[in-house]
Amino acid sequence: LSIFICMADEALFQFLHNEVIQYVNTTESGETENGRCVSKLENMGFRVGQGLIERFTKDTARFKDELDVMKFICKDFWTCVFKKQIDNLRTNHQGIYVLQDNKFRLLTQLSAGKQYLENAPKYLAFTCGLVRGALSNLGVKSIVTAEVSVMPACKFQVMIQKM
Amino acid sequence: MAVCVAVIAKENYPLYIRSVPTQNELKFHYTVHTSLDVVEEKVSAVGKALPDQRELYLGLLYPTEDYKVYGYVTNSKVKFVIVVDSSNTSLRDNEIRSMFRKLHSSFTDVMCNPFYNPGDTIQSKSFDSIVSAMMVQSS
Repeated sequence: LSIFICMADEALFQFLHNEVIQYVNTTESGETENGRCVSKLENMGFRVGQGLIERFTKDTARFKDELDVMKFICKDFWTCVFKKQIDNLRTNHQGIYVLQDNKFRLLTQLSAGKQYLENAPKYLAFTCGLVRGALSNLGVKSIVTAEVSVMPACKFQVMIQKM
Repeated sequence: MAVCVAVIAKENYPLYIRSVPTQNELKFHYTVHTSLDVVEEKVSAVGKALPDQRELYLGLLYPTEDYKVYGYVTNSKVKFVIVVDSSNTSLRDNEIRSMFRKLHSSFTDVMCNPFYNPGDTIQSKSFDSIVSAMMVQSS
């Protein structure tokens, strides 16, 4: 039974996420439609990320440094939201981190071919905001962008902004 | 139990502060404000410490003649400060700790309220009632 409940949970989030994208897409019309749509989704993600991190870090020890925070995002945070860990975390030790997910959950329902590649940014905007919000609430200001080259795989780039 | 409870934002401005009405409010604001330096000091020292000392609860920040000031910092750098009457010697560390835990989980609920804007002052009734309960037990 618990498996079904768990699956239902995930499905709910996925369907809702899809609907939100559809909704934002239809309400925003005009030339700059795409950019505004993405930033709207990003802002929603930001607020959700802030709330989530408050929940998730309630019982964890204090973080040592920035890398410690990033590891938490890749492991615990990602597992809670997407039921898997980030597959690869790379950094240049100068404030840029690349988080690679080989099978990103929110893209798995789309075709693996090139057909929907141009729609991918819309499906990643919320998550970019989610990560940015989470980091911001942990005291790390950043810019988060995402890119897809082959369909369910995607890379999130986190640029830490030094104050 | 407590004579003053305060929540302070990441940027060091108060999100919530309440003290026992019969006493000098300004004095408590001042006490809480001064404690922030001690919090800062403790947090930066913790960075280098052993993993088991990286706890959110900071313990007694400093005692004065009349009051004891306790501190707690969440991972999101929000500070909780509780001021307790020094004459109250029956109060144990564990009880203070559980008071902070209660505050923290209620604060989490406030943060997850979609109508609350992070960084605004806290006006939640349920948070209020938890703080009230902590102050009532003192009399």
